[in-house]
Amino acid sequence: MSKKSRLFRSHFRAWLAGEEMPLRERHVRTLHKKPHERPEPVPEDVRINRFIHLYHVSAVLVAVCIVAVLLYTVFHLPLFGSANNPASNEVAQRYIEQGLEETGAVNIVSGMILDYRAFDTFGESNVLFLAIASVLMLLLRDRNNIVLEEDVHEAHERVIEKANEDVILKRVANIVVPCILLFGVYVVLNGHLSPGGGFSGGSIMGGGLILFAVSYGPERVKTFFGWKTFRAIVVGALLCYALSKAYAFFTGANGLENHIPLGTPGAILSAGLILLLDICVGLVVACTMYGFYALINRGEI
Amino acid sequence: MSVVFECLLLFSLILCAIFALTQKRLLMVAIIYMAYSLIMTIIWAMLQSPDLAITEAAVGAGVTGILLFVTLKKIHALKGTKDE
Repeated sequence: MSKKSRLFRSHFRAWLAGEEMPLRERHVRTLHKKPHERPEPVPEDVRINRFIHLYHVSAVLVAVCIVAVLLYTVFHLPLFGSANNPASNEVAQRYIEQGLEETGAVNIVSGMILDYRAFDTFGESNVLFLAIASVLMLLLRDRNNIVLEEDVHEAHERVIEKANEDVILKRVANIVVPCILLFGVYVVLNGHLSPGGGFSGGSIMGGGLILFAVSYGPERVKTFFGWKTFRAIVVGALLCYALSKAYAFFTGANGLENHIPLGTPGAILSAGLILLLDICVGLVVACTMYGFYALINRGEI
Repeated sequence: MSVVFECLLLFSLILCAIFALTQKRLLMVAIIYMAYSLIMTIIWAMLQSPDLAITEAAVGAGVTGILLFVTLKKIHALKGTKDE
């Protein structure tokens, strides 16, 4: 009796001090706080500590040096908005005054990036392609890149996801996803008429696809957007872009006349190649966005 | 009125940037980053560049946030989940 009460009193005191929880005794024993031990510093530790100290000091020194170099450069830049800047030349005026006439695009930004500067946009699309290719190399789970632990973990998580399906998310996605995809298609197709274009519309479509994949599971996306479709769309869109602009790239845009009629400005079928290029860029961007999500989340498309 | 609104937006932009740096929980950092992108969207729209606003809303607030969340889940840094 006295032993039991003494035990209870000691536990109660420990509980008051916040050292253990009011649980059964065998659980309580595991919750006792371990005394904090600090090992004696050995000579090697001292050396490492000294090195860490040196590391901090040198990091600050390097940062200060970089800041100084950058500030020195900034002070030697030409003044913002001055008339002698290299940026204020006759190119901008030409784009603004004759852009509509020469490219046929009402949206002057689209006319610039997909006609005058189509080569730059081609480079940007290739950057996206390279990004998704390197993510594929790193994260694709194929024969050579499988860890058993991860597989077990993934299967476990999939079971949990199947058991806890989110009804609210599904219902909302039912309504919202078609609107998002339609808006993305609208922005891409009207790139030469209204604000937007390939990049914005493609990222909207990619976001819609990701929302669909989150709410309905990647298996549903696979029924219409699998690995083969992904490959065909990305490579096909890039090839289409390259082939339709190849003559301009090789001749420096000076050699040939524009043989495609520009049409009436404001109509959807106008502005020559810009509509086609917008669609190509939009497809590449949408596939890249969805590819990033699918590869990071599951390691497969 | 619009000047006041603009100042408010810019001030909250700076606040978001500072909070994103000082937060300890990575999930909070991702959410604050998305809020930053949303404010940026409104600012682009007020600067009369709606194409940039559309792209910022889709990429900054949407896709980047989702990618950050998925990465946090992959490296088991989401608090309150079973992984941690």
